[in-house]
Amino acid sequence: MFTPHTDADREEMLRVIGVHKLDDLFADVPAAHRFPLLDLPPAFTEMEALMQMEELAGANETAHDLACFLGAGAYYHYTPAVVDAIIRRGEFLTAYTPYQPEVSQGTLQAIFEYQSLIANLTGMDVSNASHYDGATATAEAAVMAYSHFRGKRTRFILSPSLNPQYRDVVKTYMSGYEHELLGCDSEPLGKPNDLTALLNDNTALLVVQYPDFFGRIFDFTALIEKAHEVGALVAVAVNPIALGVLKTPGAMGADIVVGEGQPLGIPLSYGGPYLGIFATKKEYVRKIAGRLVGESIDGKGRRGYVLTLTAREQHIRREKATSNICTNQGLMALAATVYMSFVGKSGLRQVANLCYQKAHYAAAQIGKVPGYEVKTPAPYFHEFIVKCPKSVEDTNLHLLDHGILGGYDLGKDYPALNGHMLIAVTEMVSKDDIDALCEVLAEVNHD
Amino acid sequence: MTEATIYEISSPGRIGFRYPACDVPETPLPAGLIRADLPMPEVAELDIIRHFTNLSHLNYAIDSTLYPLGSCTMKYNPKINEDVARLPGFAFSHPLQPVETVQGNLAMMYELQLWLAEICGMAAVTLQPSAGAQGEYTGVLIIRAYHQSRGDTKRTKIIIPDSAHGTNPATSAMSGFEVVGIATDSNGNVDIDGLKAILDDTIAGLMLTNPNTLGLFDQNVEEVVRLVHQAGGLVYGDGANLNALLGIVRPGDIGFDIMHFNLHKTFSTPHGGGGPGSGPVGVAKHLVDFLPTPVVSIIEEGDEEIPPLYGFRTPEKTIGRMKSFHGQFGMMVRAYTYISMHGPEGLRDIANCAVLNANYLLARLRKTYHVPFDRICMHEFVMEGHLADAPEVHALDIAKRLMDYDFHPPTNYFPLIVHEALMIEPTETENKQTLDRFADVLIKIADEAKTSPELLHDAPHNAPVGRLDEVRAAKELVLCCWLPEKI
Repeated sequence: MFTPHTDADREEMLRVIGVHKLDDLFADVPAAHRFPLLDLPPAFTEMEALMQMEELAGANETAHDLACFLGAGAYYHYTPAVVDAIIRRGEFLTAYTPYQPEVSQGTLQAIFEYQSLIANLTGMDVSNASHYDGATATAEAAVMAYSHFRGKRTRFILSPSLNPQYRDVVKTYMSGYEHELLGCDSEPLGKPNDLTALLNDNTALLVVQYPDFFGRIFDFTALIEKAHEVGALVAVAVNPIALGVLKTPGAMGADIVVGEGQPLGIPLSYGGPYLGIFATKKEYVRKIAGRLVGESIDGKGRRGYVLTLTAREQHIRREKATSNICTNQGLMALAATVYMSFVGKSGLRQVANLCYQKAHYAAAQIGKVPGYEVKTPAPYFHEFIVKCPKSVEDTNLHLLDHGILGGYDLGKDYPALNGHMLIAVTEMVSKDDIDALCEVLAEVNHD
Repeated sequence: MTEATIYEISSPGRIGFRYPACDVPETPLPAGLIRADLPMPEVAELDIIRHFTNLSHLNYAIDSTLYPLGSCTMKYNPKINEDVARLPGFAFSHPLQPVETVQGNLAMMYELQLWLAEICGMAAVTLQPSAGAQGEYTGVLIIRAYHQSRGDTKRTKIIIPDSAHGTNPATSAMSGFEVVGIATDSNGNVDIDGLKAILDDTIAGLMLTNPNTLGLFDQNVEEVVRLVHQAGGLVYGDGANLNALLGIVRPGDIGFDIMHFNLHKTFSTPHGGGGPGSGPVGVAKHLVDFLPTPVVSIIEEGDEEIPPLYGFRTPEKTIGRMKSFHGQFGMMVRAYTYISMHGPEGLRDIANCAVLNANYLLARLRKTYHVPFDRICMHEFVMEGHLADAPEVHALDIAKRLMDYDFHPPTNYFPLIVHEALMIEPTETENKQTLDRFADVLIKIADEAKTSPELLHDAPHNAPVGRLDEVRAAKELVLCCWLPEKI
């Protein structure tokens, strides 16, 4: 209980207000429905609540206890201790949107640094202050492209190797706008150039993923050029860890870069809160949804930061706003800022390289296990497809018995890929974990 | 007081963090797909800690002072919530794990759905929406899907009161609806005659914030709901102000069809400098089938010995998916902890004290500041930041002067229907001494406005920076520390 008033306080306050009892403050509430008895469990103390929550948390088996080969959009990485030390500080944790810049410079400068780091990581000119997650950032790219062409271009092409959940969210977000969505039914393991046939002068946006949902990496430069020839915009959905070593989407000519920022120091936390990355070229800065922080000066010439271009936003433009977004993922953007700054230039390269190397070792070893076939041709980053001799569900149950969290069952989203598992490898697994995985996989095949 | 940027404190070659050596044979990186440079900072661990600690000192926050931002419910965020969300069983669970391995998560989510439904009198709840604005979006898409499922395609308009949050009209427009405004009457309620005049069979629904953004409980709410339903529309409740209603009234009981919750307001999850929020949505019985996918359900009933098996279900006529995975799970853990520490009486005490605190401040301030819709308020109230005997002083000046007394300002210039609005929400966690000090300071500032208005015009004097040039920021658009040449 966090209400501080004593009985004496309450009485004195009611006297100042000029009512006799607390219930008198609720006279406007319809009497028939006033003061319902809520059917909820009685209050716990902090000690009891913690015990209850430990019990619930303890009922899970997680990446912490198991060797984790599961990715498909959320990745288990190491987070240095400094990240949590900073984001737990009450001055960041318990502040709100920096509407009053003079007393919010900490939050504002941190967002400004986040924007800088994301722009530099993706090779783009500007980043916003973040979206909810990779899926909604992708959907906001579609909405931005729609309004960029004022609704006159209605074709949206989503690569079949775009994360299926991103596709679903784009579909939801576009449901209020007249449009056609193409590309979803194409051959899932096709090449980027397969999509050129779908491009025409009615195309608003093409969305590709890098590395794609299956872990593959392609240079999209030629595809992006073709899209630009018909005047379309191109959005590239990224895994930011891969950009520690890989060529940037900016260098390939992308107009928009979106992505899931979770791998940048944010815990798996069963799917959220995560971080939606959104960066673009300078010429589209006024079309961006969400918050932007800009540098300025005060009356004494001191440098400071403010929310800028707010005229795009819902609290000013109401129904004419570029999006309804209000909050961003402030604290998660701060976590990513601390992570990127601290791990830094050498660490980001190292972690990307570790993921790449361990994934390639794992693929090579699994490829040697009888009955299994690695279906992802090089180049790929840290995820690859394995065709399994038994159902993925059964294989994973068997792996679980041996303390291994197996890969994602691709048959759930792609009927053509029934029996195919998507395996992710990060710096968190060791050579021993990979060798153990291969041993158990061999066992599954023999059972 | 300014702090260098992270790029300014970076030194080439300095290393802060090391990964273990690679324990597998190495494969060359793919030629032609390698980036030339990686323009990231190079700092040591202490550099990082000092930098961000110094930045944190430039913020006002709930942990340091009263933060009475109207409509934002800046209440104390219990520390135990932070510990609980970091328990390894929660923090390291992967969203795509087999449901059998995450029964703790799913049991918690299932129960939270039930609790929220009970608190607001709804039939079912989805925890998926990422924030209040996305909750609204979910709700409006449900309204659209409901009418479409009945073949009722001519309902193209949503009614929104002029006192509403900007997210309401923005959401409706995003969902393809035309927005029809409705005025507030002289008592601060929805104007009933105006409502009757615009209700017809083209109205899909009404979005209502109750208590509204004036901090007032709409005295006509039952009539408003009745009229909208009579015209075939649905009523959406914006739950931004639910803090005032906990254990006081359930929106579902007065006929609301849909509403969203803000776990980061009502249920104490931290605002984090602007997110993450979390915006679950509750719906009445006739809308359960339209909820976004997936919802947490019991997929195998249990018995006395075996607990039920929790899993996911896709509602029959679902509007689809709103985000990746299952919502802002970490926020759910915190909200669940918070509700379990309150129980029915504790929740009602929250509303009692939130409303008591707002009315106490209102009573102390109404002689000094004009309150345009002056009656018993709920958890917040709106006064004019404009004083008859200090015509040159504006709400913004009063807001900035409050900083000099170490208070965060209230929301200003919102709602738009009040001239020079100052919207004050103290929340239930502030004690009487703090409220008295805040009222004393506001009364003192009103006096300063008369005697030395320049003190207000030039405020803040004691904040880390003075008023910043927003025109320059928008014109020059410096949005990054620096950008390298294209790489």
